[in-house]
Amino acid sequence: MEPLEITERLKDRFLNEIVDITQFRDQVHIRIKKEKVLDICRFLHDDPDIRMDYLTDLLGVDYPERESRFEVVYNLYSLKHRHRLVLKALVPEKDVSIDSVVPIWQGANWLERETCDMYGISFNGHPDLRRVLMPEDWEGYPLRKDYPLKGLEGWEYKGHEEAKELHTHDSEWNIQS
Amino acid sequence: MESERDENSRIATKEMTLNMGPQHPATHGVLRLVLDLDGETVKKVTPYVGYLHRGIEKLAEHRNYMQVLPLTDRLDYISAMTNNIGYCTAVEKLFGIELPERTKYIRTMLAEMTRIISHLLWLGTHVIDIGALTVFFYTFREREQLLDLLERLCGARLTVTYPRIGGLKNDVDAQWLDDLYKFTDTFPARIEEYETLVDQNRIFLSRTKGVGVISAEEAINWGLSGPVIRGSGVPYDVRKFMPYGVYDKLKWEVPTGKNGDVYDRYRVRMEEFRQSTSMIRQCIEQMPEGPIMADAPKFTLPAKDKVLTDMEHLIHHFVLITKGPQTAPEGELYVATEVPKGELGFYFVSDGTGKPYRMKIRSPSFVHVSVLPELCVGGLVPDVIANIGSIDIVLGEIDR
Repeated sequence: MEPLEITERLKDRFLNEIVDITQFRDQVHIRIKKEKVLDICRFLHDDPDIRMDYLTDLLGVDYPERESRFEVVYNLYSLKHRHRLVLKALVPEKDVSIDSVVPIWQGANWLERETCDMYGISFNGHPDLRRVLMPEDWEGYPLRKDYPLKGLEGWEYKGHEEAKELHTHDSEWNIQS
Repeated sequence: MESERDENSRIATKEMTLNMGPQHPATHGVLRLVLDLDGETVKKVTPYVGYLHRGIEKLAEHRNYMQVLPLTDRLDYISAMTNNIGYCTAVEKLFGIELPERTKYIRTMLAEMTRIISHLLWLGTHVIDIGALTVFFYTFREREQLLDLLERLCGARLTVTYPRIGGLKNDVDAQWLDDLYKFTDTFPARIEEYETLVDQNRIFLSRTKGVGVISAEEAINWGLSGPVIRGSGVPYDVRKFMPYGVYDKLKWEVPTGKNGDVYDRYRVRMEEFRQSTSMIRQCIEQMPEGPIMADAPKFTLPAKDKVLTDMEHLIHHFVLITKGPQTAPEGELYVATEVPKGELGFYFVSDGTGKPYRMKIRSPSFVHVSVLPELCVGGLVPDVIANIGSIDIVLGEIDR
């Protein structure tokens, strides 16, 4: 099925949820409101003609100047029909949460953890929402646009304190080079 | 005596938590697993990753498209060439650059060569984990020949950075192609050699058959790719489903397994050796003459010999490397390529400036390590090792 036919099907069922539809180099992107994301995903997954059985990727994007700051992007593919559709759910800054799609695609588990880790978006109903790439006691969300690339002046990760303490006795060894 | 035995039978067992890694030879990098054990049976597996996190996605937002290319080498550092090709393919599609035919052939040939290099390392280390030391020495003999060829081609053995946006660093010469062709003459016999060492080995068979089973439906639901999903019998291969390069012009098949266990994943990779060898031969036989850089001066570097002799080309080169292309088409795009581990995809959000607004790397190993608990629970501790080897993860790609 052509991606634009899928968008027609979606319009029939979820017209009020769709914000806009864009196309770039044969890929179709649908921007939706976040409230019914689970219903829409389930429809795309279960409908026999669409059958988006393969969640290729799930990511976050940060647009600090926009009204709803974050987007959660669902990159869907159908192994059966070989078509792709990109779904983008808008997440405003005042309520940084969205429903988890782990009940539909198990593979979303770690991808949602990563998005949470990097953007601070929480996924409702996720079985095990912990940081995945950053240390558990890390402050801030590294991929947000207002997070500095190199850290603030004089800033140091507090986990270093532990390592430094381990080396306080080094001088007692008096190793002469 | 009798009472003592009674005593023993009433001893209460309790679960043990075992920490494995991050410094452990069988985890293939800095992967840490926490295993909850009941005797020798694994009850729960919790993987911890991130020890190698370098923030490549964040870095990419602060670099121009040219400067991101060397970062991609450091993803899956065993098969850097395929990462470069994946990145360049994605950027070229974003920019709308059409590649010359010769470049497509060279890239396809190099991608398959890298697949062999990566699978040789996988075979050697995977079989060592299971207890057969010999195969390692055989696979590294052939791997060395291929790495030497890469060194002759571009000066680097591992982090090659050989492709460029819109082309390649330099052309391949006829002697180099001859030597690679000679390698493909002898390599099929080598594959049989590995198989005689492993395939009939009773220890290897009992360690791999029926271990770490994942069904086709589950594999799709988990989003697995590469030899792991093909071992479960799903013929999903990006090279067939969304062809790039010249894969649609070559004759080749997608090998698949049936049972989705460690042994079938091993078989799939062994067959991929043969398919890759045949593809390299076809590429060399069909390769046309012609330019290697696309005709898009706004995005592609000028030829190196002109840069060294001509002022205008030197300026052009300098501006592109330091500042990069000043504009890029505005839009969002996902482009996938098949690397030895599975589907490597780049998702670009371009805001029209010369830097990617957001670059998401869909790395196969990140998805594969998340399925590890699913494979290991209910098995024995040694099966954990076999499973880690069979999903062929690289931590550079997981942590990014």
